[in-house]
Amino acid sequence: MSLINKESVKKRMGSRVAANGFAKFLFILATSFSLIVLGVLIYRILVDGLPYLSLDFITNFASRMPERAGIWAALLGTIWIMAVTAPVSFILGVGTAIYLEEYAKKNAFTKFVQVNIANLAGVPSIVFGLLGLTIFVRLAGLGSSVLAGGLTMSLLILPVIVVASQEAIRTVPKEIREASFGMGATKWQTIRRIVFPAALPGILTGTILALSRAVGETAPLLVLGALAYVAFVPENLFSQFTVLPIQLYNWTSRPQEDFHMLAASGIIILMIILLIMNSIAVYIRNKFHKRF
Amino acid sequence: MSRDKTNQKSIRSMIQENKSSRSQSAVMEKVVPKIFLICAIISIFTTLGIVFTLLTETFTFFNRVSIVEFFTNTRWFPFTADKNADYGILALVMGTLTVTAIAMVVAIPVGLAAAIYLSEYASAKTRKLIKPILEVLAGIPTIVYGFFALTFVTPLLDSIIPGGISIFNALSPGIVVGIMIIPMIASLSEDAMNAVPNSMREGAMALGATRFEVAMKVVLPAALSGVMASFVLGISRAIGETMIVTIAGGSRPTADINVTESIQTMTAYIVQVSQGDTGYGTTIYYSIYAVGMTLFVFTLIMNLLAQFISRKFREEY
Amino acid sequence: MDITINKQLVQKDIKKEEQFTPVFKINNLNLWYGQDHALKDIKFDIPEKQVTAIIGPSGCGKSTFIKTLNRMVEMIPIVRMSGEIVYREKNIFDPKYGVEELRTQVGMVFQKPNPFPKSIYDNVAYGPRIHGIKNKKVLDEVVEKSLRGAAIWDEVKDRLNENAYGLSGGQQQRLCIARCLAIEPDVILMDEPTSALDPISTLKVEELVQELKKDYSIVIVTHNMQQAARISDRTAFFLNGEVVEYTDTSTLFSNPSDKRTEDYITGRFG
Ligand SMILES: Nc1ncnc2c1ncn2[C@@H]1O[C@H](COP(=O)(O)OP(=O)(O)O)[C@@H](O)[C@H]1O
Ligand SMILES: [Mg+2]
Repeated sequence: MSLINKESVKKRMGSRVAANGFAKFLFILATSFSLIVLGVLIYRILVDGLPYLSLDFITNFASRMPERAGIWAALLGTIWIMAVTAPVSFILGVGTAIYLEEYAKKNAFTKFVQVNIANLAGVPSIVFGLLGLTIFVRLAGLGSSVLAGGLTMSLLILPVIVVASQEAIRTVPKEIREASFGMGATKWQTIRRIVFPAALPGILTGTILALSRAVGETAPLLVLGALAYVAFVPENLFSQFTVLPIQLYNWTSRPQEDFHMLAASGIIILMIILLIMNSIAVYIRNKFHKRF
Repeated sequence: MSRDKTNQKSIRSMIQENKSSRSQSAVMEKVVPKIFLICAIISIFTTLGIVFTLLTETFTFFNRVSIVEFFTNTRWFPFTADKNADYGILALVMGTLTVTAIAMVVAIPVGLAAAIYLSEYASAKTRKLIKPILEVLAGIPTIVYGFFALTFVTPLLDSIIPGGISIFNALSPGIVVGIMIIPMIASLSEDAMNAVPNSMREGAMALGATRFEVAMKVVLPAALSGVMASFVLGISRAIGETMIVTIAGGSRPTADINVTESIQTMTAYIVQVSQGDTGYGTTIYYSIYAVGMTLFVFTLIMNLLAQFISRKFREEY
Repeated sequence: MDITINKQLVQKDIKKEEQFTPVFKINNLNLWYGQDHALKDIKFDIPEKQVTAIIGPSGCGKSTFIKTLNRMVEMIPIVRMSGEIVYREKNIFDPKYGVEELRTQVGMVFQKPNPFPKSIYDNVAYGPRIHGIKNKKVLDEVVEKSLRGAAIWDEVKDRLNENAYGLSGGQQQRLCIARCLAIEPDVILMDEPTSALDPISTLKVEELVQELKKDYSIVIVTHNMQQAARISDRTAFFLNGEVVEYTDTSTLFSNPSDKRTEDYITGRFG
């Protein structure tokens, strides 16, 4: 007597294959769901936003009249914030990464710094807004200025840049470090002339992606007291400002349909900026991919 | 191959001469690591700054509002005369948890299914096509999702749900937060499943298992900790999400949840206060720190839990 | 392995053990990786302007030994050492004697070609630059002379600004030698410099080593005994972290005094 009843195995085989087919269909459906949502989202924004999109829309200040409103102040505010955030977060992030990868001993302190960075990456952005409000706006007396906003954003994206830079530094092969040390180069010479340039493409890719996240951030700057309605361009680091996402929030939260369409037009501009930044990041990544 | 002896000497001697400048570089060797150490310490100060800020301002808040009321009152009505104001965080927590729950109902099945499809079924070509799209989806600013929730999803739900839905409600932002989190869960879960060695799959396949059975009985259990960690991180993201719920969720804090009605989350409350003209030093001003502290603790617990899960049950192949 | 051919090859120029000026004097050198005793009481002298080959089965400590000569081995944290290495009358472990200075005198060529991800020119100019030479004319001269010295000038002279990663493996290795020559070291250490190369490139590097010994003292690790026989003047046979035999290359291959050496060179193990 056979232990396995071949007939019943065969019978069940059919239903098992059917289950596999059905499951595959569901999985594809779920995956397509994301794609469909992305399609609908882009379609809706183009339909709503294209009518108001014009050169005037970019160069005009905000206005109570939808047909005269534009994003000039917000656009320049975003650029000003980036002008602070990009260098500050780059220097702090890369410095931290170099410290952790090249200098730090494997001890409790190093581990603590590493765990701390991982946790910082999970703190909601709005909490960084509260930090900036207390430390930069009030304690340091910077007010709701470009500088306060830029510094807050730097701290927000710092963990992302640190982690990306660490990964980039780790891909630099130890053989070329040895070659440098073998010629009598000091540690700092080796880092500055060999490790850093070799890791730079990866570091830049990570930094640009982190900055593109900062460009789209709204909450921390709202909490910081960035203005929602601005009819001027920041003049220096201590000027008040608004940024693109805050302008979009302002328009979205108004009840009139026309302002929603303005918001959609602004979203198109915002997405184009992000698309450009991401394309640059991907270009750098692909161009310098796997050189070692 | 002739070598110019005089010149050869000169290079070696030039290097010797330059030795004097080496004391200068010796200083650099000592100073540079210190500068980088300071950079690393700033990240610690950021954490300390967050904790310090939240603690001190929350402390001031609890000097004015009883901590017992904060945790037990179910009403949150700060914008009335001080005597009548209610500060029961439960109302905001319930708003946050409702949105989070709806988001996870959307994100977990869809994200996990996408992960299984990508890691177990899709060809390399399909994967190469879909992964960038997921990355795009993950890179869309939350303000855009908020706009989408308010101007598309809410009207859509209103036309589907019998009896309609309020213009501000928990359902629409919940769904959209879920959509926002799908790429994160999909990609983290896929990473975990990709880490399962092929030999385990082949073993099961050789016994005649279908792909579906391999995915559910071999791969998923083996990758479980990574998958669970991705869920927990997703929850953390949903709790901290601000703009979508601010735009589409409304500003009516209530512990008595009806998903078709307006609610308020912790994050949305903080935005509401910073948008208003509440003066520095008022109880309302301090309340955003107490709310922020609660939010911070929630997300910290989730993040630590995620780290714990993926470390504790790290798959050893 | 066809040892008879080897013997004929080396028998031609059997020399008597001769006196020489040492560049390195190694005395009772011991090295541990943690608990692992990798070099045991090493004691021998390395001659000036000759090629010294280090042979022995894999894992016997050849790389470890050669890396002690420019103190690269100290980059591995678990390493402990005792004993003495005297380079030109100076103890290299003397705290006053900086590793950077030592490595400027004692250059190294590695097993796998490891050019920097920079242009050919910048690769060669790297050494002079880090040692403070900035003058463009001087650098140009050094680059050309070093590339000529490494017998690769004609192949790369028209593309000095191209990335070094575009070169073939053999060219890369000669570029690495040129890079090493650019700071005009006194000694060149080579750790199996041809093991990653094809036979033709190997031949080129071997010819180059013959040429270079006119000006440089060379220590070369190789697991290829024919290579040691072809290019070296003296040979040390390492086994399990010990120097079993160290003598004229011709003597070692034709008339080894230790049974273990004989076993090794006749291919009985390793
Ligand atoms: N980084 C290291 N850490 C620990 N042990 C090592 C390390 N490098 C080499 N060893 C050990 O030292 C011994 C000699 O190695 P090596 O010098 O590389 O030999 P060879 O170059 O002759 O093949 C080996 O037993 C090896 O396992
Ligand atoms: Mg070796």
